[in-house]
Amino acid sequence: MIPKISEDTTLLEKVEELSGEKIYSCHKCGKCSAGCPIGVIMDVRPHQVIERIQADDWSVLECKSIWLCASCFQCAVRCPKDVDLTKVMEALRLLILRTNVDQVQISEINKEDLEELPPVALVSNFRKSTG
Amino acid sequence: MKSTAKNFEDTTIEVSKALGIELLELPRWNCCGTVYSLASDDLIHQLAPIRNLIRVQEMGYDTVTTLCSMCYNTLEQANQLVKNDPEKLEKMNSFMDSEEDYKGDVTVIHYLTLLKEEIGFENLPVEHPLTGLTAVPYYGCLLLRPEEVSIDNPENPTIMAELLAALGAHVVDHPYKLECCGSYHTVDYKEVVCEKTYSILSSAQNRGAEVVVLSCPLCEFNLDVRQKDLEKELAPMPILYFTQLLALSLGLDGNLGFDSHYVNPEPLLRKKGLLR
Repeated sequence: MIPKISEDTTLLEKVEELSGEKIYSCHKCGKCSAGCPIGVIMDVRPHQVIERIQADDWSVLECKSIWLCASCFQCAVRCPKDVDLTKVMEALRLLILRTNVDQVQISEINKEDLEELPPVALVSNFRKSTG
Repeated sequence: MKSTAKNFEDTTIEVSKALGIELLELPRWNCCGTVYSLASDDLIHQLAPIRNLIRVQEMGYDTVTTLCSMCYNTLEQANQLVKNDPEKLEKMNSFMDSEEDYKGDVTVIHYLTLLKEEIGFENLPVEHPLTGLTAVPYYGCLLLRPEEVSIDNPENPTIMAELLAALGAHVVDHPYKLECCGSYHTVDYKEVVCEKTYSILSSAQNRGAEVVVLSCPLCEFNLDVRQKDLEKELAPMPILYFTQLLALSLGLDGNLGFDSHYVNPEPLLRKKGLLR
C-alpha cells in the first residue's frame, strides 16, 4: 500500500527530509548495487531505488528491496558521492511504518522460533519492521 | 550477553581479571535498541543509547566498553550524533527529566580496541598458544561501518587477525570477512540468512579455516545456529567469540561456554591438543 502523504509533497522532498541525504548527488555508478550483500535477490536494485526517487515514482514504496536491506552500511562506505543509501532505505521504510503497517506480525512467529531466537534478533527485527 | 551470549560475557570477565583490567558493570543499563535509528527526525530512539552514556557520566567515569558489535555501533553513532549536533543534544536533554544532562564527554570503546591499546596484543601472557589451529576472523558490519565509527580500516580490517596471531593461531584472510550475515532477517527471512551463512562459511572453509571467530551475538547465532539448515551443503564449522579463544590461550580454567554453541567446538579443540 502506498501511503498518501500530501498532494504537494514530492517523494524526493519527503525522503531528503527524513534521510538528510541529497538524492540528486547520486550519479548512478552502481557501486551500491555491486557491493550490496543482498542486492542479487532484490526486486529493485539499490541504485534503481535512488533512480525511482529521483523520478518521483511512489511505487518504489511497494518494492521488497526496502525490507531486504539490513542496514549493513556497505553502500554508505563505498559511495563515491557520499550518498548514504542506508538512510534513504530507512526513510522509505518509515514512510510505510508510520502509517501503522507493520511488516512482521509478532503473533505469527511460531513458538519454536521464538524460543530459539536470541533477544538481539527479535529487538532489532521489530525496531526495523514495526512502527 | 545475559542470556544466549552468556559465554561471551563470562569469558570476558575472566580474561579481564587475568589481565588486571577492572570492569565495572553499569548498575542501571538499558537496552540500546540494538540498531541505530537512521532518520533525521527520530530522536526518541536515540534516548536509549544516550541514557546509557548518562549512567557512565553519573558514575564519574568517562569511558564505556562494549562487547557486542551492535551495542558498540548504536552507542557510538548516537554519541557522535549528539557531539556533532548540540541542538539535538539540548532537545534530548530537556526531554529527559530524571537524568542529569548528557555533556557529550563519554568515550565508547570496543573491548578489542581496549585490549589492543591498553594491554597490547604482544603483551598478552599466552600460556597455551593456539598452535596448529587455523582461524579466520569475521568482522561483519557494525564494528566497521559506517566509517565514522569503525574500529579499524572498514574495507580491510586486521585487528582480530592480529589478536589471533598473537595467541599463536594460524590466521587466514578471506573475502567475506566483512560481509553482512543477514542480521535481523533471521526472524522473517531465514532463507536469506542461510544463504549468507553458506557464502561466508564456505569461503572460510575453502581457505582452510577450522574455526570462525567473531564479536557479535547476532552474527554468532546466524553463522552457528543457521548451519542446522545447511547440514547437507556444509561441513560443520565451529563459531567462537574471540574472548573464548583468548581465555583458552591464557590458560584460564573453568567453563568457557563451548557447549552453548550449536556446532560444538570441543572435538576440534581436543584434536588440536588445546583442550583436555
